[in-house]
Amino acid sequence: MDKRMTEQRLSAASTVALPRNAVSAGTTDRPFAVNWRAFGLSLYLLALVLPIYWLVNMSFKSNEEINSTMTLFPHHPILTNYIHIFTDPAWYMGYVHSITYVVINVVISVVVALPAAYAFSRYRFLGDKHLFFWLLTNLMAPPAVYALPFFNLYTAVGLFDTPWAVALAHCLFNVPLAVWILEGFISGVPREIDETAQIDGYSFPHFFIKIFLPLIANGVGVAAFFCFMFSWVEMLLASTLTSVNAKPIAAVMTRTVSAAGMDWGMLAAAGVLTMIPGAIVIWFVRNHIAKGFALGRV
Amino acid sequence: MEDGALGRFVPPSCGRCLGVGAREEGFRLELRLEDVSYQVGEDVHIADASAQLDAGSMNVLLGPTLAGKTTLLRLMAGLDKPTSGRILLDGQDVTGVPVRKRSVAMVYQQFVNYPTLSVYENIASPLRVAGVARDEAERRVQEAARLLGLTPMLRRTPLELSGGQQQRVAIARALVKQADLVLLDEPLANLDYKLREELRAELPRLFSATGSILVYATTEPSEALLLGGRTLTLWEGRISQIGPTADVYRRPVSLAAARVFSDPPLNELSVSKVGTVLHAFDRTMPLPAPLAGLADGTYRVGFRAEDLRIGDAPSDRLIGFAGKVTVTELTGSESFVHIDVGPENWVSVLRGVHDLEPGAPVEVAIDPARIFVFDGTEKLAAGPSLKKAA
Repeated sequence: MDKRMTEQRLSAASTVALPRNAVSAGTTDRPFAVNWRAFGLSLYLLALVLPIYWLVNMSFKSNEEINSTMTLFPHHPILTNYIHIFTDPAWYMGYVHSITYVVINVVISVVVALPAAYAFSRYRFLGDKHLFFWLLTNLMAPPAVYALPFFNLYTAVGLFDTPWAVALAHCLFNVPLAVWILEGFISGVPREIDETAQIDGYSFPHFFIKIFLPLIANGVGVAAFFCFMFSWVEMLLASTLTSVNAKPIAAVMTRTVSAAGMDWGMLAAAGVLTMIPGAIVIWFVRNHIAKGFALGRV
Repeated sequence: MEDGALGRFVPPSCGRCLGVGAREEGFRLELRLEDVSYQVGEDVHIADASAQLDAGSMNVLLGPTLAGKTTLLRLMAGLDKPTSGRILLDGQDVTGVPVRKRSVAMVYQQFVNYPTLSVYENIASPLRVAGVARDEAERRVQEAARLLGLTPMLRRTPLELSGGQQQRVAIARALVKQADLVLLDEPLANLDYKLREELRAELPRLFSATGSILVYATTEPSEALLLGGRTLTLWEGRISQIGPTADVYRRPVSLAAARVFSDPPLNELSVSKVGTVLHAFDRTMPLPAPLAGLADGTYRVGFRAEDLRIGDAPSDRLIGFAGKVTVTELTGSESFVHIDVGPENWVSVLRGVHDLEPGAPVEVAIDPARIFVFDGTEKLAAGPSLKKAA
């Protein structure tokens, strides 16, 4: 009798348990449930993409269409804006100048920062920590502070209006940044690897290029990426230190404000083209960056 | 004789890297440390280390953590420069010679390989740098890989291998170089015990063919005994004893050497000898034989865990003490019983499983024939003679 009672109770418990599972399964399958998470994310994505879409949208419109009504997509799509940029040297040379000084700057920054970061990571010397901090303090002042001294200095030495002027000026910010990033990556490589290479008989340059650089490739990628980004978007120094021969695209874009009014379409097309190099660089270093974020300093 | 003389003029690195297999006859190789000290600021890391290591010899550098084993190895390698003293390799002063100009190989406790190179290139790396001909390098790498069971993994990168295999890669790289001096810094400490036993048996055999001076640093006395060869005990930056491993174990010359070479820790007690009686703890007893010839004074007596007996029938030969069990550790084949005797904590090792209750009173006994007596300067004053023990 007792035993049967317990059996009944057990079966009752299992019958209760089963439908409860079924119910909970049903709720997730309900067809018109509001998925708040997806909704929130979609809203966020929309907010992110909208300005970019609008820029692309505008770049394919004529000024008349932009000024007359708000259209969600170009009703009379035109390529005139782009064609004009690619055919007018005043426009496309802006890109060439920008890319030139950015590349020079990235190369200088990384090449200079590598040995510095190695020294900061591997050696102890008098005032090493203070020097490291002092390097970083260079990032604290806004670029505008340096615009005037650089202008005066470069005019005096004949560097004004050359890509080198901008590239060197940007080093003031990018070298400390690159040293800081690379130091983190280099410190992640065990010292014993350096020593093993010495024991194996590698000379320092041979070791550095063959063994060490591949080990911190992600760090170099990350450092180069940040230098590129800073140099590419920085406008104040770039436009102050150039006039004609090295005028960056950001400065060229201000030309569109003329007596004839704003050339909206052209400005939008130039904006789209300005974003493309950044996107390309991100595409190339995306794996390095992902690893870099996990490993190093960034 | 002429061969030997010729060998001396060939720069060691070239001679070794280009050499095939065993060394030429008559080439006598030795590493000599002469009063080597190493200091960083005020900290003395190594003090007056002197030693002579012969070619083809297995030298175990035994010392607890922070004794300076790694520092001494780094000085031998040339990674650090001694503050004072000289290091001579084959009679030539190499004290200031940079490490890459020396014929040295080193294996670290951590598995250190070049992560971006394949296993093959990792092993071949010292040969590539030395400019060894391609087919000769190929032959030597394949040979080393075969000896260490790495042949199927040569195309992979080190990080794809297990810890044991990674360490084998590091050992293979040290092996192909056929360096004069091979330094192994606790190479097996990070491996599980099965692999450790396998590799420990293989290591001396692998390097014996190259005739290198082998230095093996370890914290474990049992590892030193298993490896044999010669042992250098290191204690707080000083080499306390050098000698054949078994002799060092049987007859430590100082308290420091005895402490280093003892696992479980050495049992100790302070005694004072006055005439024909001995005071130990609060007791007075007739003088045991080993102390008979010594001057009056206080001594430190040490004896090993296996010489502390529990529950032996009291006899005239043994000295008995009353103690209290604090804890018992079981390994299966042995039991380590920790016993408080007066202010000292002693360990006794018993065969088999003995689960003694903590707090239980216990009678322990020491055989005076098995004790080491150290004087006020911690030097061995009396102890079992080598011949008798052997």
